Amino acid sequence: MSKCLMLGNEAAARGLYEAGCEFVSSYPGTPSTEITEFAAKYDDIYAEWAPNEKVAMESAFGASFAGKRSFCGMKHVGLNVAADPLFTLSYTGVNAGLIIGVADDPGMHSSQNEQDSRHYAIASKVPMLEPSDSAESKEYTKIAFELSEKFDTPVILKMCTRVAHCQGIVELEDRDIVEDVEYVKDPQKYIMTPANAIKKHPIVEERLEKLRKWAENSGINRIEEGTSNEYGFITSSTCYNYVKEVFGDKYPVLKIGLINPLPNNTILNFASKVNNLVVVEELDGIIEQHCNTLGLKPIGKDKFTNLGEFSQTIVANAFGIKKEVPFTFKEELPARPPALCAGCPHRGIFYVLHNRDITVHGDIGCYTLGAMPPLNALDSTVCMGASVSGLHGFNKVAPERANNTVAVIGDSTFMHSGVTGLINIAYNESNSTVIILDNSITGMTGHQQNPTTGINLKGDPAGKVCLEDLCKSIGIKRVRVIDPYDIKKSEQVIIDELDADEPSVIISRRPCALLKNVKHPGPIKCDTEKCVGCKACMRIGCPAISMVKDKAFIDETLCVGCGVCGQMCKMGALPLRKEADND
Amino acid sequence: MTKNIMIVGVGGQGTLLASKILGKLFLTKDYDVKVSEVHGMSQRGGSVVTYVRYGDKVYSPIVDKGEADIIISFELLEAARWVEYLKKDGVLITNTQQINPMPVITGVSKYPENIKKKLMDMGVQVEGFDALTLAEEVGSPKCVNIVLLGHLSHHFDFTEEEWHEAIRSCVKERFVDMNIKAFELGRKAGYTVLNRIGDFISNVIS
Repeated sequence: MSKCLMLGNEAAARGLYEAGCEFVSSYPGTPSTEITEFAAKYDDIYAEWAPNEKVAMESAFGASFAGKRSFCGMKHVGLNVAADPLFTLSYTGVNAGLIIGVADDPGMHSSQNEQDSRHYAIASKVPMLEPSDSAESKEYTKIAFELSEKFDTPVILKMCTRVAHCQGIVELEDRDIVEDVEYVKDPQKYIMTPANAIKKHPIVEERLEKLRKWAENSGINRIEEGTSNEYGFITSSTCYNYVKEVFGDKYPVLKIGLINPLPNNTILNFASKVNNLVVVEELDGIIEQHCNTLGLKPIGKDKFTNLGEFSQTIVANAFGIKKEVPFTFKEELPARPPALCAGCPHRGIFYVLHNRDITVHGDIGCYTLGAMPPLNALDSTVCMGASVSGLHGFNKVAPERANNTVAVIGDSTFMHSGVTGLINIAYNESNSTVIILDNSITGMTGHQQNPTTGINLKGDPAGKVCLEDLCKSIGIKRVRVIDPYDIKKSEQVIIDELDADEPSVIISRRPCALLKNVKHPGPIKCDTEKCVGCKACMRIGCPAISMVKDKAFIDETLCVGCGVCGQMCKMGALPLRKEADND
Repeated sequence: MTKNIMIVGVGGQGTLLASKILGKLFLTKDYDVKVSEVHGMSQRGGSVVTYVRYGDKVYSPIVDKGEADIIISFELLEAARWVEYLKKDGVLITNTQQINPMPVITGVSKYPENIKKKLMDMGVQVEGFDALTLAEEVGSPKCVNIVLLGHLSHHFDFTEEEWHEAIRSCVKERFVDMNIKAFELGRKAGYTVLNRIGDFISNVIS
């Protein structure tokens, strides 16, 4: 058996492979993305990016329905989008095994909130497995398929940043040969009309109790003995690692692998053997509340925060164990927030929007960084697609502001859920201007293909949605395409479309500067003879430009030669992009 | 006993590759290993950190304040930012390159002066050198990560061949030669920084 170092996400993908999974449909989202990317590397697995998580889950269900083991992956907020099928798939159950992979992001490394996905398992009455490292990510993925088929239910595999994005040792095994499950027409099971669903609900409740019984004896939840019974810890996921890191084998630990449903007898038994029961869990007190319903009063959220990520230090501090921090740099250090990359095609648009003091409804993606100084271009960012729908509501009640307000949304986000908002604009007729920032890729999550790129997840040529045609067919008559590297023209088009008395879409089209196939003219140099140090070029917030001895200085390792700064410079100290020159 | 290494820098500098190579190396030595990364938004030019932990049994995937045996910093300001994570007898290896963060570029904040000296005055064991120039010497500023690994190699008993093998297994074939060269330059610089001239000469002679 060969051992390798794998990300939790890669290990989950390996689990899919070994368990004979044949179908994967997902929408990318940090920290879940790599499960699907790694799954796509196996020739035996069909894997695709769906336009959004709801479509992904329904597609995976369709494949399960047809008799193949299937998977869909998403981040925590993606599960909100897919919540609709989730709750009813709990009722229909599955044909072949179906896993829903969801990755939480406590601490919000790359998210707009830190909701706790465990609530979804409880609310939808679906079992949820929670691995604590890479080895378990693989193992639990395989168990999830078995549970799914044995108990006729979708199963949620819950990851979090420190499991998904931590590499640990995994032992590789061969792929199981799994027989397809025969497709048999079964209207009572799969057609969720009220009459059928009413009969299904009690089955769902019974299923939970059967699963609870399974959880008591299956070994999925394990007790690790300690040398002292002063404390006993109930914990799961990455928190298990922090407890073990601090206390080793000193106190007994009940490690929960199946977070829903929780094993009542195992918990009561464990609690009866320790003097003080402690629950350690990130975000909400889910295990703790369950203990409370069992009449236990564990130490939990009274000692541990429900905010952010935990660590060994947080666990240690809760027990009065203080650690030395020998070195602290005394000066206040400048922060290093993320910024739009040098050459990012979004920069020019945000410069124009900021410069003209336009109200901007933002969305989810790299371009959220347009909110950062010095561009300060955004007024709101909520969730995928909210820019377009929010703009519509805003303009309906404040029509006097409509000619100074836009929505900005990326190509992938527009496909995900912006298009429905645009349909609302067309149908209910708000005088709205939507700018689609089309950089021909899903950028923030690390360059995933999407329906507008013409390439699929496996890297093969694929269908390609034409944004212009799509917008026109919805009923938007004014559709303009601009090159965001050309500031002057872009600005004129934005002015024209804001002035127009009907809805318009501006497609700002330039591929992401980091894409490997994008050719750049190469770094420029500042002509220090001409530079007067006016800092006009600094207004675009390019990380490649700084002031050295009162002159603009270009960092050649970052600059790609996009030429946007040259358009700021009135002294001709910064060259224009060659193509832009010819216009 | 678990050992803790932190790799810190600026998004885009190649910290992930450095941690991947280290992880591979510890795995071949039959250690338990965990390597923790952060993906997503912070990679866009933000301050980034990767944790590498190895030992008989590694539980936590992260390194906390006061716990790092070695911090490898790809940039000077980041060395100052993360020095709180260093153990009392820990070692801080830093590239002396400066990359201005956005608040410095926009003039809201100033890049601190003499960071290396200030760190040394605090009593931190600093091994600082210009890894960028060495990386450019082999043909790409992107090799800063491997130059730094070359320096780091002095803190472990692995053979040069074992390091080369780990690098080979983690980079694309056409970049192998360049990266091995970068590693060697970093390792050579390490002899100078660590004042191991004697070792260097004996190594060259043998």
